[in-house]
Amino acid sequence: MRGATHAKWAACAVAVALAATACGGGSDSGGGGGAAGIVSSSWGDPQNPLEPANTNEVQGGKVLDMLFRGLKRYDAKTGEAKNMVAEKIETTDGQNFTITLKDGWKFSNDEPVTAQSFVDAWNYAADVRNKQNNAPFFADIVGYADLHPASGEPKAKTMSGLVVKDPKTFTVALKSKFSTWPETLGYQAFSPLPKAFFTDHSAWLDKPVGNGPYTVDSYTKGTGMKLRKWEGYPGEDKAQNGGVDLKVYTDNNTAYTDLISGNLDLVDDVPAQQLKNVKNDLGDRYINQPALIIQTLTFPLYDPQWGKEGMEKVRRGISMAINRDEITQQIFRETRTPAKDWTSPALGEKGGFKSTLCGEACTYDPKAAKALIQEGGGLPGGKMTLTSNVDTGSHRDWMDAVCNSVNNALGEGPVCTVNPVGTFADFRNQQSAYKLTGPFRSGWQADYPLIQNFLQPLYYTGASSNYGKFSSPDFDKLVDQANQETDAAKAIASFQDAEKILAEQMPAIPLWYQNGSAGHSERVSDVALNQFSVPVYNEIKVS
Amino acid sequence: MGRYVIRRLLQMIPVFIGSTFLIFIMVYALGDPVAALFGDKAPDPATAARIRKDLYLDRPLWEQYVHYMGQIFKGDFGTAFNGQEVTELMATAFPVTLRLTLVAIFFEVVIGITLGVVSGLRRGKAVDTTVLVLTLVVISVPTFVTGYLIQFVLGVKWGWVRPTVSANAPFGELILPGLVLALVSLAYVTRLSRTSIAENVKADYVRTAVAKGLPRRRITTRHLLRNSLIPVVTFIGTDIGALMGGAIITERIFNIHGVGYQLYQGILRNNSPTVVGFVTILVIVFLVANLLVDLLYAVLDPRIRYA
Repeated sequence: MRGATHAKWAACAVAVALAATACGGGSDSGGGGGAAGIVSSSWGDPQNPLEPANTNEVQGGKVLDMLFRGLKRYDAKTGEAKNMVAEKIETTDGQNFTITLKDGWKFSNDEPVTAQSFVDAWNYAADVRNKQNNAPFFADIVGYADLHPASGEPKAKTMSGLVVKDPKTFTVALKSKFSTWPETLGYQAFSPLPKAFFTDHSAWLDKPVGNGPYTVDSYTKGTGMKLRKWEGYPGEDKAQNGGVDLKVYTDNNTAYTDLISGNLDLVDDVPAQQLKNVKNDLGDRYINQPALIIQTLTFPLYDPQWGKEGMEKVRRGISMAINRDEITQQIFRETRTPAKDWTSPALGEKGGFKSTLCGEACTYDPKAAKALIQEGGGLPGGKMTLTSNVDTGSHRDWMDAVCNSVNNALGEGPVCTVNPVGTFADFRNQQSAYKLTGPFRSGWQADYPLIQNFLQPLYYTGASSNYGKFSSPDFDKLVDQANQETDAAKAIASFQDAEKILAEQMPAIPLWYQNGSAGHSERVSDVALNQFSVPVYNEIKVS
Repeated sequence: MGRYVIRRLLQMIPVFIGSTFLIFIMVYALGDPVAALFGDKAPDPATAARIRKDLYLDRPLWEQYVHYMGQIFKGDFGTAFNGQEVTELMATAFPVTLRLTLVAIFFEVVIGITLGVVSGLRRGKAVDTTVLVLTLVVISVPTFVTGYLIQFVLGVKWGWVRPTVSANAPFGELILPGLVLALVSLAYVTRLSRTSIAENVKADYVRTAVAKGLPRRRITTRHLLRNSLIPVVTFIGTDIGALMGGAIITERIFNIHGVGYQLYQGILRNNSPTVVGFVTILVIVFLVANLLVDLLYAVLDPRIRYA
């Protein structure tokens, strides 16, 4: 019986396959709408390991915001940096700071939060050996270069600019004057770290321990994290709910489907395809509010064709040829606001946002646009190409719309074309290798609600994210002046003067401000987004 | 038989090396992944250089490949950017997708072959025409359309099932996604077995069996079906690999954290260890499935022998 032996073979193979699947089956079936008092919320897989100084995107930032409290914290409504763990931050010269901590703060493993917790965390972040993405945030501190040399091994283990005076006090020496530096300390990279982080690093990564209102109950990488209210939390902003279950979704469309069918409480990113239904589906449970994000179109000024004298007219002309109102309504359904300066309305007037700064250069006027472009000598070679990654964010759609807008204004046929790049990684490579020969998308999400953060990293000569290689001595001088100014109002006025140079030179066209958009179920209330478009989880109430 | 299996296993080695090398080149051609790790901000050169060195990205391509293969043979598939071992990712993703695939194959075999036999035996009748029209419709509608449609109607509108699959993805929750995943292949299986049955029904051995007075049921299952299954088995065998790799769309729609999701993330983030690791396993699955299909031929048709 040949056939029988063969059949046995086949049966064995099937048995192996079944056995393999059996080991994947788990016990609990995962919460749907969540248990009593627990908010379930959509999540994306964090890109990097969850260390405060290594997290620079929203998904990881969401967790850190629940797990950590730093020296300062930005008010979710106004963006104002308020003291949190810090009792006071004093300076006489805008360069040397003495930081005193409040009493009573501790980590959820009962370890006290001391000056050393901050100094250790900051030294760890700056150390090039630890490969932390946010290391440059510590570059202002004296001794950074010893710990983070441009090449070769570091010469030190700590930054000389950080000195612990006693468990409650430490001093910080900066390389140069930076009067608004304390305002930057609300950024999560400056969070304190407990000793456990250093002694058993991998265990900490599996179950992070912080000093915020929540503790990690369980964390399954790639699937989700269960956070629970920490009853012993010493801060004033205690969690108003029993906990938060973050669930990783493969696609934000799927998360939205779960929300409207009652399996999920909160979606903090409404997919573009659903925007036309969202008001019908959710009514006033849909949130759409400004965030600290601006999208711009940067010109490759390193290319002599775009950078040469007289081209600023062409660049301004292109800006005036873009019908921002129509694009933000048609494509983005008002989740974007036409940009009128280079910052964000989330900063507020007090913070430096000014809607008249760009003036007519950001106003749609096809006739004037055509005249200006011709006056400036026309598009280089009579053509231009827009480049962006197209894997997310409806980038393809708005690029087509911008090109149509420009083509219609010029009336010379299809002179503007789109160069879609498949992945963000590929786009970033071309951008940071200065290989692009036409205007390209540049998005900027601010790290802290400061006008400085919208201008200096992007347009200062040689600045880290100055991808168009814009350089203007006048602009640099005004930024330096603003940083040295101890009076906040004067500093902001100086930054706005610098912005006026951008309006004249137009190294990057402000396109639109990006809003945070979220939706929630009827179970939860008091849902709001902060300026980083992250939900303020600890304020959410469950009915 | 044993020698045949060994020969086939040896043949897998060059196929395995060649295909992994191709995948490696393709992922490499997507460009340097390090810049994207820093988001909208410019990468800090010193940090980026360290990461590149650690990931072996500062070496020429062939060296990277040799290093990678060396690691694989030690069972080390590298690390994804979020710090997770790729083997750990595989341990969570593959069982889920395997379950999904089994559900899909189950539907293909049971529904597909049954429909095929029924319509093949009644060629030209109303049943046959209906099946042909239905399968044509199924084949011509893309998976993502049927997926979203079924999810919306059953999950959101009527609320019969949960529209998404929970993290553990037990068999019960995979029935709907499995059916969606199976639909197109199911239609092909139906059509293949229908044609095959319709052809064989006129064969001499069937006539002989009928003349011998064998019961109708026995003729259909033991004689007709067994001989008609060879093309169907070939199709299903290659489909195992295709379903596992091609589950990207279905897994996205139903929020299943399987192979498709991990591959998608890997490609999006340009993460070569994830992509190459997963594809390597898929290549092995493909090869083994093909081998099993070839061995099954002999079970179905004793005239086929392997020496």
